[in-house]
Amino acid sequence: MSVARRLWSALNEDRGGVVFLALLAAVAIVVPAFNQAVPASSPLHLSTYSLTLVGKYLCYAMLALAVDLIWGYCGILSLGHAAFFSLGGYAMGMYLMRQIGRRGVYGNPILPDFMVFLNWQKLPWFWLGFDHFWFALAMMGLVPAALAGLFGWLAFRSRVTGVYLSIMTQALSYALMLAFFRNDMGFGGNNGFTDFKDILGFDLHQDGTRVVLLVVTAAALAASYLACRTIVRSRAGRVIRAIRDSESRTRFLGYRVESYKLWVFVFSAVLAGIAGALYVPQVGIINPSEFAPINSIEVVIWVAVGGRGTLFGAAAGAVLVNYAKTFFTGALPEMWLYALGALFVLVTLFLPRGLMGLVSRPPRTVQADDALPATWSHRPRIGVSAGSKAK
Amino acid sequence: MTGPPPELLRINRLYLKDLTVSFDGFKALDGLTLTVDPGELRCIIGPNGAGKTTMMDVVTGKTRPDHGSAWFGQDVNLLALSEPEIAQAGIGRKFQKPTVFENLTVFENLELALWGDKSFWKALLARLTSAERDHIDDLLEVIGLTVQRSVLAGTLSHGQKQWLEIGMLLMQEPELLLVDEPVAGMTPQETERTAELLLSLTAEHSLIVVEHDMDFVRSIARRVTVLHEGRVLAEGDMDQVQNDPRVVEVYLGA
Repeated sequence: MSVARRLWSALNEDRGGVVFLALLAAVAIVVPAFNQAVPASSPLHLSTYSLTLVGKYLCYAMLALAVDLIWGYCGILSLGHAAFFSLGGYAMGMYLMRQIGRRGVYGNPILPDFMVFLNWQKLPWFWLGFDHFWFALAMMGLVPAALAGLFGWLAFRSRVTGVYLSIMTQALSYALMLAFFRNDMGFGGNNGFTDFKDILGFDLHQDGTRVVLLVVTAAALAASYLACRTIVRSRAGRVIRAIRDSESRTRFLGYRVESYKLWVFVFSAVLAGIAGALYVPQVGIINPSEFAPINSIEVVIWVAVGGRGTLFGAAAGAVLVNYAKTFFTGALPEMWLYALGALFVLVTLFLPRGLMGLVSRPPRTVQADDALPATWSHRPRIGVSAGSKAK
Repeated sequence: MTGPPPELLRINRLYLKDLTVSFDGFKALDGLTLTVDPGELRCIIGPNGAGKTTMMDVVTGKTRPDHGSAWFGQDVNLLALSEPEIAQAGIGRKFQKPTVFENLTVFENLELALWGDKSFWKALLARLTSAERDHIDDLLEVIGLTVQRSVLAGTLSHGQKQWLEIGMLLMQEPELLLVDEPVAGMTPQETERTAELLLSLTAEHSLIVVEHDMDFVRSIARRVTVLHEGRVLAEGDMDQVQNDPRVVEVYLGA
């Protein structure tokens, strides 16, 4: 009874989130239905290509959630989240490569094709264990977490903030890209991994497998949303926003700002890693260009377009911008980067709260000067800021 | 750690000795020595650049001195602690420019200032107890912001923000409050109420108040310390200080 009531009040408090989750559930039901139940001859039939595209958008939405948590709520503009996304993707890719087994071009039961091609005799140590799904699954989260933990620990305790931190995250991603391009790193060089066959024994080229991957991605996105929401609605979430708005004030209240930033950064990196891991089996390839700096910047644009600090806005922004991207790169390929740049400028200038700012009022901006105590004189209000400052 | 010097055994709330801080050759503090007793309200005045804010920075851990020592009570060596540790040890600070969390409500601002364990995992699971809620509501009454309980702090007037920040300080239940220009930008009525509030705190807390408004200082001060060029120039009650020829020369006479 009280559980039901609490659930009901939680739903009422977060209408946008309810709409978001409902839409997500609808996508997870309708898209497979139109793919599986509607015959291919019907104009309503949804191709497997389109189904996979939707799955890809949902992975991007998850990545956008991760960036919104760290940027929208904690004020840390990460321009390196593509790195965590790619690391998760590579962990999944390593599992999928090892599943190929004898079916590779060279038929080597242990070594992936590129290693045979490079004349390697033995599987490098860091490939051990990736033939087990559970191990790969753990690595999809642990590797991004470890990198974020190390980077964050060094950066936050040295009190690197603002644009300097952004540049460092960008450099981190760039350095990883260069490293992964090298053949002797053992990750397939510039070709990366592709030609995957199956996942957990299911053929990746079967529509059924694609449907399941889409549904799993939608479920992971919903779970990520709920996890992020739980964090931002807790007292820790308020501390995080406090850090964004006034870091030194938070410190003088007795909060260890570095530790808060670090936990949120690590969690955000894990989300990005899981998103990347779900992305790889659906698009069928992972290569070092996923680490490219532009990818991280694009995520920031998705979040800005959707609306920073709303979570579901970030997810919506990711889907909308990527839908536009699919459309533009098909119709006017040379125009896309200009369109993206223009979009970012326009949103920054005219929609500081993103698209979500159009549909929702800012939370709780009750006018402060109704019924002031008698002793307070009415004076012009100073420093009223509608949106949060970019940091 | 060698422990505090013997003269500390007299139980000072705050004990600063020979503090020197220099920035690029400029000595912001130059051998500053200052003690504050438990329950004392100390006003600190001095011209711009006298070292008032730097002194607060040293006490709260923001700036490390080149040499000197700073003790809080008998056993807390302030120079060995970080800002959050100093805050947890019982020193609260109000900034010169009112600093509240503008995108949180007034209530939430006070909630974050609640005394207690402030680690990430504790805060993730924290629930307000009804006692804590009452405590915050009581404090809202004290600072006159009950009506503004649920509005965003960013929409408050300047004076209200100053009070909210003082309220946040009180939520921390500090033993020593450092208050930097509490009445800047306040109307005379607001100033008067601030004076009342600060005086009412002296029984249980030690306060250091930095202020430029001489009338305000006169209305609350018992002991006044005049800083000049990073050193204590004079100390005493307001009349003594105001009639001290050195003080008149550098500050008041201008």
